[in-house]
Amino acid sequence: MSSFWAITAATLAKDLRLEWRSKDAINSMLFFALLVVVIFSFSFDPTAEESRHIAGGLIWVAFLFAAVVALNQTWAREMRNAVLDAYRVSPAPANPLFLAKAFGNFIFVSIIQALMTPLFTVFYNLRPLGPAWQLIPVAILGSWALVVNGTFFAAMSLHTRSREIMLPILLFPFSIPALVAMVQATNTILTGQDSAKFWIVLLLTYDVVFTVACLLLFETVLDAE
Amino acid sequence: MKKAFPILAILTAALLGYAFYEAMFIAPTDQMQGDVYRIIYYHVPSGWTMFVFFFTNFGASIVYLIRRNPKADAVAVAAAEVGLVFCTVVLVTGPLWARPVWGIWWTWDWRLTSTLVLWLIYASYLILRRFSTGGQTPVLAAALAVFGALDMPLVYFSIWFFRTQHPQPVVGGGGSIDPSMLRVWMISWAAFLCFGWLVFWLRYRLEIFKREVEETHSLEAMLEEPRFR
Repeated sequence: MSSFWAITAATLAKDLRLEWRSKDAINSMLFFALLVVVIFSFSFDPTAEESRHIAGGLIWVAFLFAAVVALNQTWAREMRNAVLDAYRVSPAPANPLFLAKAFGNFIFVSIIQALMTPLFTVFYNLRPLGPAWQLIPVAILGSWALVVNGTFFAAMSLHTRSREIMLPILLFPFSIPALVAMVQATNTILTGQDSAKFWIVLLLTYDVVFTVACLLLFETVLDAE
Repeated sequence: MKKAFPILAILTAALLGYAFYEAMFIAPTDQMQGDVYRIIYYHVPSGWTMFVFFFTNFGASIVYLIRRNPKADAVAVAAAEVGLVFCTVVLVTGPLWARPVWGIWWTWDWRLTSTLVLWLIYASYLILRRFSTGGQTPVLAAALAVFGALDMPLVYFSIWFFRTQHPQPVVGGGGSIDPSMLRVWMISWAAFLCFGWLVFWLRYRLEIFKREVEETHSLEAMLEEPRFR
């Protein structure tokens, strides 16, 4: 078991180091999310009261689009020089690789959220009327929901034609329950009208179900020939 | 197959014709909605048939993941395609009925939304099959089918609170229906199931033949004399 986490940590450290030096994923995600927020504000032009009702949807759709940018790059660098094939013939189990990639993407998406949320708050004049601290579990569970399936589907779309478009085609329909839950949770917290507990529990269920499913099926998908 | 197919096709056509006759002429006219309600004899049986095929797809995908039996994969792809067609029928006949009765084509009610999401999931399943190359298609598709089956309960939970405008399900639900209507429903469902099964059977055979042809081609390519020496 210790080797499991050692491989995870080593892969994650490698990815983070690469990202730290190139900053490819973070920069492209950040700029992309910024563009989505600006375009939304032009196309809706909401008042403060309206924006409280639609902000949850806008911000999560922005994060979803931005996450796709990073997720598409997840496996690309493993394809160069056949790194992924080398990994497959090595005795290392597949799941640590998956977890490391998912954790890496989770960190990227969380950084984007940390940077974009203040900006979003300013642009849309947001002030949560409900318990604001609940936004933190919603953000964590929501990002994980996008990232865990996204990493898995990105691995699936590795061997498909037009790989880049395949990921959103797979990810978006499957993320609908998670997206509904995170948007509703964010909206109820912002408007303070209701308890977000149901939605947080639903998100947690989604996360647990799909994390288990990904771990059970990842090796099958990675070794599919 | 060659002998049985025409007979079964004729029987199915006869059953479909009989179901049409029952639905259009025999079933009593609805007091509130008039004749427009008759579309439910197509809408509801299509929905049931759709579920039969999607469950078949899920079962076949599980069998494929465990046994790696190519026939299970052929069943999965045929069931997914036929199921998606019936799902489309449900999604098209629903609004046709809703427009005169509710006054709107579409509402984001949980039943409508979940059917649409089901359609999207299976459409993405078929797109994945189309776009993935080589021998890994069955494994990827089977994994995706399992994900779809896990996703659907969550979809239902996430939208169950939407206030429903859709009529309550009659079978296993709170609604009530005239026995003569139920009878026509069942005849219609039987006809749709036969029709769906016939198309499914054809599609399954086609898939098996396609694989045989591909295998023969690759075998021939292997046995071929190298041209450049």
